[in-house]
Amino acid sequence: MIEGMERIIREHRFFAGLDDETLAFIAGCTRNVRFDAGQHLFRAGDPANEFYLIRHGRVALELPVPGKDAITFQTAGEGDVVGVSWLVPPHRWLHDARAVDLVRAIGVDAKCLRRKCDDDHDVGYEMMQRFVPVLVDRLQATRLQILDVYGTSR
Amino acid sequence: MAHLADPVAGVLPDPMLPAARRVLRTRRELADVWTVEIEPEADGHAFLPGQFNMLYAFGVGEAAISISGDPGEPNRLVHTIRSVGKVSEALARIRPGDLLGVRGPFGTGWPVAAADGADIVVVAGGLGLAPLRPALYRLFAERHRFGRVVLLCGARSPKDILFRREIERWRARLDIDAAVTVDHADHEWRGNVGVVTTLIGRAAFDPANTVAFVCGPEVMMRFAAVELETRGVRPEAIHLSMERNMKCAIGHCGHCQFGGDFVCKDGPVATFAQLRRRLALREI
Amino acid sequence: MTSSDRAVLTRNGLEALIATLAAAGYRVCGPTVRDGAIVYDDIAGVADLPAGWTDEQDAGSYRLKRRDDDALFGYVVGPHSWKKYLHPPHRRLWRAERRGDELAFTAEEAPAARFAFIGVRACELAAIAIQDKVFADGAYADPQYRSRREGAFIVAVNCGEAGGTCFCVSMETGPRARSGFDLSLTEIAGDGAPAYLVEAGSDDGRDVLDMLPRRAADAADIAAADAAIARAATEMGRKLDTDGIRDLLVENPDHPRWDEVAARCLTCGNCTMVCPTCFCTTTEDSSDLAGGSAERSQRWDSCFTLDFSYIHGGSVRSSSKARYRQWMTHKLATWWDQFDTSGCVGCGRCITWCPVGIDITEEARAIRSEPAGETKP
Repeated sequence: MIEGMERIIREHRFFAGLDDETLAFIAGCTRNVRFDAGQHLFRAGDPANEFYLIRHGRVALELPVPGKDAITFQTAGEGDVVGVSWLVPPHRWLHDARAVDLVRAIGVDAKCLRRKCDDDHDVGYEMMQRFVPVLVDRLQATRLQILDVYGTSR
Repeated sequence: MAHLADPVAGVLPDPMLPAARRVLRTRRELADVWTVEIEPEADGHAFLPGQFNMLYAFGVGEAAISISGDPGEPNRLVHTIRSVGKVSEALARIRPGDLLGVRGPFGTGWPVAAADGADIVVVAGGLGLAPLRPALYRLFAERHRFGRVVLLCGARSPKDILFRREIERWRARLDIDAAVTVDHADHEWRGNVGVVTTLIGRAAFDPANTVAFVCGPEVMMRFAAVELETRGVRPEAIHLSMERNMKCAIGHCGHCQFGGDFVCKDGPVATFAQLRRRLALREI
Repeated sequence: MTSSDRAVLTRNGLEALIATLAAAGYRVCGPTVRDGAIVYDDIAGVADLPAGWTDEQDAGSYRLKRRDDDALFGYVVGPHSWKKYLHPPHRRLWRAERRGDELAFTAEEAPAARFAFIGVRACELAAIAIQDKVFADGAYADPQYRSRREGAFIVAVNCGEAGGTCFCVSMETGPRARSGFDLSLTEIAGDGAPAYLVEAGSDDGRDVLDMLPRRAADAADIAAADAAIARAATEMGRKLDTDGIRDLLVENPDHPRWDEVAARCLTCGNCTMVCPTCFCTTTEDSSDLAGGSAERSQRWDSCFTLDFSYIHGGSVRSSSKARYRQWMTHKLATWWDQFDTSGCVGCGRCITWCPVGIDITEEARAIRSEPAGETKP
């Protein structure tokens, strides 16, 4: 079971290039998960205990708005990471994540991985090297959204 | 008295003189976007996908408007116009039966024929889908000549998706991958949210053998081109459509210069390899 | 060159030249003094020419001074260039009429009268040739321009002295007129009054020359003309190093000098108005109140205006730095990419008529010699 997971993780672009020992460790912190369409992966305010690498399906990242349905601000898909706040105190999710379609993902135990990063800074650095670019890309994409480049429709 | 030689007589075509054409049909696409079909000349108005006409609204002025119809049907001359200023507003408010002035077609087009055998990735932002639609028609007309065909559309919000029904019909064809995303969702939207560049990473195509056509606001085209290049598409194979102030469309008025290129005749379509340096500069 | 191609005219011969051209139906235009400058205007005879005048030019400065002789062409160029006739500041392009259910567009014809230009300098011939490339030689030709151009009779004048802002030698456009004229004149000393070595440059020129009172040119006349032109070539007020200038400007869009000149440039556009090769225009549409007829005109425009590059609610080049950079880079560099020639003929007008005295030769020198700062890949 762990071997199969190791192979899946090794092939996922997010963990590509990690050494065998680290991969084996991470494999030990992961599990296969599945969400049906409409199901929440997590909600804003929940403790950030598990983040997800999407293998199939789309996930809407949403912000809850009092008195209304939540508004989607981004859609994540195959190959994307859902949940980056696990790295940053107070380790709580800042938004909702809801499966739009049937979603299959790798769930990674964030508490376990945080402990490992504290103990082994090399692993910590590898994680930072992988997550910081994701954050930067997200930030840039968000900036483009805010720029409202398409102009207004009256 | 000696007679001095007369100057060369003869009738030269006047490229600034419009032809009067009647409006046949209009259709409102979005809140501020209309498609206008004009009666072409007797033998049709042949054009390349990506070219534009200068349309004249009587007494108001001219604007450069993309031809958005099917090049395979030169007897139907279709334009899509967004109402942003005095002239485009007058053009957008035109009614069937009215008369317009038409000059054109002008400019370079999307190199569809040259992309024979390649995967095609079409990235459209906002109204950018209008000058790309003729290229899509060409692609569909000879679908067997190309590998994968991917269409990625970005719009401001769900109610700003141009040619939405047509995109849905295209998507229903089983030989094209079409994805749409919006910058701002509303409560009903169940589709993708995020900038169109995020769709590029998820699309399936062979970068080494891909030709890309990108059209939309300059900022969006820049980021899309960079993303395509990061995916491995050669910058010579990424085509963008530039836009600048135009008064004459024939390289005489000087307004549309972008560095050394006249967008009206050296463009509007050019490759990322050619444009990259200038796109990175400010106020060029 | 056969002897029928060369002769010497006196002042009478020049008078006869102007009269012959006028009688043949040409609208004769040439230099004349007006409002403290030598401008181009309709001339009726030699009396209208600026006899005994010269100009003193420097950055931001133009003054007329009296000479101590009666030379008719003892000055260089003023604020006008021949583009005021060939590429007029304002002209109608077409008229549109609504007749019932129809709309008819009628192109404006070029005026029937043909121009005869007296006193076209070598730099100006080069400028006309450059504008030919823009308007007559490309994929789209301007029929009015071609009509005016093909009908024009050109009498060139070789400069015998250079002006304070001249640099035609650097731009390889003068001071000798080599081609593009029907007749060329060089003012040389004669018996008590200047004489004019005249050379025919075309069949039309030869035909006209045959009608004028003249004498044969001898070796002394030719030597005097050559000496005058050679002296002008050594007296150039300015120099511009054109070596690699295309790449120099295109590759240095962020050179600190652009900010420096922007602090001085008023974006007044004088340079573009006086430059003989600047060709930018804009269109103007109007209609009558009843909506029955409309017309479109074209008028000179300048890349220095703020809305020249306006799209989508803003101008691409909104800073004065960007606009000065556009003008100079186009003139000296990207013009090569577009028309396979420099856009500058070295006439010096932009230097003279700039109210703050910006000197294109100085700016080019500064960009070449001052460090660019951090080099970009």
